[in-house]
Amino acid sequence: MKRAARLIVFYAGLIALWTLLAKLKIWPPYLFPTPWGVGEALYAGFKDHSYWIAIAVSMRRVLIGYAISVVLGMILGLGVGSSKFLEETMGGLLVSLQSLPSICWWPLALLWFGLSQNAILFVVIMGSLLSVTLAMEDGRKQMPKIFGMAGRNLGASGFQLFWHVLLPASLPFIVSGLKQGWAFAWRSLITAEMLYLSLGLGQVLMVGRDLNDMSAVIAVMVLIIAIGYVVDGVVFKSMERHLQHKWGLTAST
Amino acid sequence: MSTNAHNFPAQVPVRVDPRIPARIGGARGKTGLVVRPIRGVSTNVPKVGLSDICLSYRTHSGERLLALDHINLQVKAGEFLCIVGPSGCGKSTLLHLIAGLHQQTSGEVLIDGKRVQGPGTDRILIFQELGLFPWLTVGQNVEFGMKMKGIGKAEREEKTRYYLRLVHLSQFKDSYIHQLSGGMRQRVALARALATEPDVLLMDEPFAALDAQTRDLLHDELERIWFETGRTIIFVTHNVREAIRLGDRVALLTFRPGRVKREFPIDLPRPRVLEDTHVAHAAREILDELREEINRSLEVEYNVGVKPRVEPAVEQR
Repeated sequence: MKRAARLIVFYAGLIALWTLLAKLKIWPPYLFPTPWGVGEALYAGFKDHSYWIAIAVSMRRVLIGYAISVVLGMILGLGVGSSKFLEETMGGLLVSLQSLPSICWWPLALLWFGLSQNAILFVVIMGSLLSVTLAMEDGRKQMPKIFGMAGRNLGASGFQLFWHVLLPASLPFIVSGLKQGWAFAWRSLITAEMLYLSLGLGQVLMVGRDLNDMSAVIAVMVLIIAIGYVVDGVVFKSMERHLQHKWGLTAST
Repeated sequence: MSTNAHNFPAQVPVRVDPRIPARIGGARGKTGLVVRPIRGVSTNVPKVGLSDICLSYRTHSGERLLALDHINLQVKAGEFLCIVGPSGCGKSTLLHLIAGLHQQTSGEVLIDGKRVQGPGTDRILIFQELGLFPWLTVGQNVEFGMKMKGIGKAEREEKTRYYLRLVHLSQFKDSYIHQLSGGMRQRVALARALATEPDVLLMDEPFAALDAQTRDLLHDELERIWFETGRTIIFVTHNVREAIRLGDRVALLTFRPGRVKREFPIDLPRPRVLEDTHVAHAAREILDELREEINRSLEVEYNVGVKPRVEPAVEQR
């Protein structure tokens, strides 16, 4: 309860400061809108359904892209984590590739897939695949060897061993990587969406800019932050809590 | 697929051993309905045969280190064999070889006369660290091996219930591993191993980390379960008294390279009590032989006295 009170005070203070700055009219209102101007823009956006549509379109894309990243990343990471050869060769490449901002794949994606949904998906996948892969590789190494041996001893092999033993055993070690992968996927998506008529949140943001409607721009930014926060706070937090309950971990992973 | 308890094979191997007081089989004997009968009980082929097992590996400095040297051991079906030796004699490694989790350099592991090619559910190893799956409940852990075999849900549940009852953990079916005490975890590992219905149970210092009271209790339970299920057990320990408490026979391994130094048949009436003078007497005999090996191992570990024959290499595993 104390924490909630502190949060309320903090955000109330933040909004008050914002209002004060807006009221001082240091910058013209079309460059520095008031909080309720943003609130009105949000209300209008939801009322004419344009924000709902944008959210639906963006969420659909990020979910597909992220899902592909997770599946591919786990397979890749498990391979790299299990084989010394792959680790020595591909491991370094993966780490260096991670320094490449995912939007750098955009020109390539445009040439390969054209101005399409697939180009955006490609950028999203390239954005999150590496963090998932590296997390899985690390998880495979951190995971106690005994689980794999116990699994084989009890008759598991091949895909069974992966699905029933290696994957669940590495989950506590990869959950933070999965979370990071999600954050990268979400950012890559918004960036890619800003670059063409994509119907997603990124495009709605750019429309605000084109119309010189700063309230709308900030409203969409708030939405993007809120969605990122909700997924992190609801999906990943509950996953972590679930794991902690099962494994008996007290510290957050 | 039978879901009915009464349809399970009826011929439970009933061990008639005059040395055993009635309390062990007792009323519980009647519940022995799910247990699969043991194959090959009547034949002369040993259940487990180790012939000329050698294992060597390369150390960091590039030398070859001989860990196991021509191990020959035969274990009869239903026998309880204990292997003792100083730490570093390769006794755990030997169990891993029998389980098929590692490959020996030369020699053969035979089960019912057939060569072992890899892991198989006819031999289940209970690891020293147990290796219970923390993401599964107790019941799901016990069920795991059966699930891998593709056994139907109803039968799995039936057997899980049976084996949990056998180790007195019925109420903890839905608990997670971290919620259990050390002794309880030990019993889950035992139930999980038994539930895959292996002919051979391999146990790697399973009770080493437990307090004395819990260990005594688990000795009783293991002995009872051994009688009820008729499994062949190979039990590795560094505790000589524990070996005598449980084993039909005790094999003593030498320190690096591991060789079978001597085998001791233990012909004491069961159940044996750790404090019993006969146990103490038998232990004395084995301990005298073992002490020599322990001294050698200490010399190597601490680099004192005689120069060791091999460098104290880091054991890789």
